Amino acid sequence: MKKITILLVGIIFLFSGLVVAFAANEPPKEGGMLPDIKLSVPKSPEGKTYLGLKGDGSFTIPQIKANVVIIEIFSMYCPYCQKEAPVVNELYNAIEKNPDLKGKIKIIGIGAGNTPFEVDVFQKTYNVPFPLFPDEDFSIHKACGEVRTPFFIAIKINKKGTHQVIYSELGTIKGAEEFLKLIRKRSGLK
Amino acid sequence: MHKTGIARLTLIIGVIFIATFITTDYCLSEMFKDYIYQPGTLKPTDSVPKLKVGDQAPDFTLPAVSGEKISLNQYLGKKNVVISFVPAAWTPVCSDQWPGYNIAKNIFDKSDAILIGITVDNIPTLYAWTTPMGKLWFPVLSDFWPHGTVAERYGVLRSNGVSERALFVIDKKGIIRYIDVHDINKRPRLEDLVKELEKLK
Repeated sequence: MKKITILLVGIIFLFSGLVVAFAANEPPKEGGMLPDIKLSVPKSPEGKTYLGLKGDGSFTIPQIKANVVIIEIFSMYCPYCQKEAPVVNELYNAIEKNPDLKGKIKIIGIGAGNTPFEVDVFQKTYNVPFPLFPDEDFSIHKACGEVRTPFFIAIKINKKGTHQVIYSELGTIKGAEEFLKLIRKRSGLK
Repeated sequence: MHKTGIARLTLIIGVIFIATFITTDYCLSEMFKDYIYQPGTLKPTDSVPKLKVGDQAPDFTLPAVSGEKISLNQYLGKKNVVISFVPAAWTPVCSDQWPGYNIAKNIFDKSDAILIGITVDNIPTLYAWTTPMGKLWFPVLSDFWPHGTVAERYGVLRSNGVSERALFVIDKKGIIRYIDVHDINKRPRLEDLVKELEKLK
């Protein structure tokens, strides 16, 4: 009997550990690192070229060819994300038009709980020019601390391939120009 | 004594297991922050089906948030109809479901279909809840009084007075072509509905 009790207590500890592991996810902290997120390499040649990726496998965000990557966690179903879409497009255009920034700052979106079809509806509705990735089972969303949407994260990628989070905040980026100024300041991009 | 101990331990393990592995979908949008009542995980469905695919859809007339009255039969011979029942205002998942449909109008248009949203809430509640969603292109109807009559007739009224999260696709002849009484805790995938709409052509 005692053995069974000990065994059960052991199992409880094991599960408690799991619970902690699952619940401990917090949003990425500025100065810290991203959780381990794997995304599928985009199928479209434009997407591949933009991110500087090849092949069909998966990649991690710091593998993107850029000095800074801005990540928007959104949902096709979220009204604030819908309102934010033109602002983020404006941010993309401001980067692409600036020869000092083009190729150095890249943007991606991750659709929390969205299927590939739903992400596609969002992309077409708002003519989103940068790659969007589905997160149908909320696994990335969970790894990022189950944030509300829209949530923006920016990372600076160092020469050695290491990275650090330079922005991690809930809600609108307010204005494209202001946000870009902030990102340039925090990343040291001239 | 030991038996009770083991039973208790088993119970604790069970609870931890459920807490770890069963999660509900979220009402993610920052828009509804602090306003959404979190009921926890609910029984996936809690009603007895009364209709099946191939049946004539029962007609109804309900008041819309916009002030007009909408009848199902006004679309007979003119439009395919999708009815989206959501459990109630200010609940998770559905607070996001309609804003999603709101940017998918062209998908409904392609199949010559209109969408009707129905909940068992009264008009002022629906007004307060749907206004922040922006201008919705589809009517939102109140099945408040006599309470849940339409939900009841469609076999989607739950035992606590809210409705299921259910989709009905009705063709121009008024025949039900698709029924999805969905797990109340989850949002139906948009492509599943689109597939059914494409079959109407």
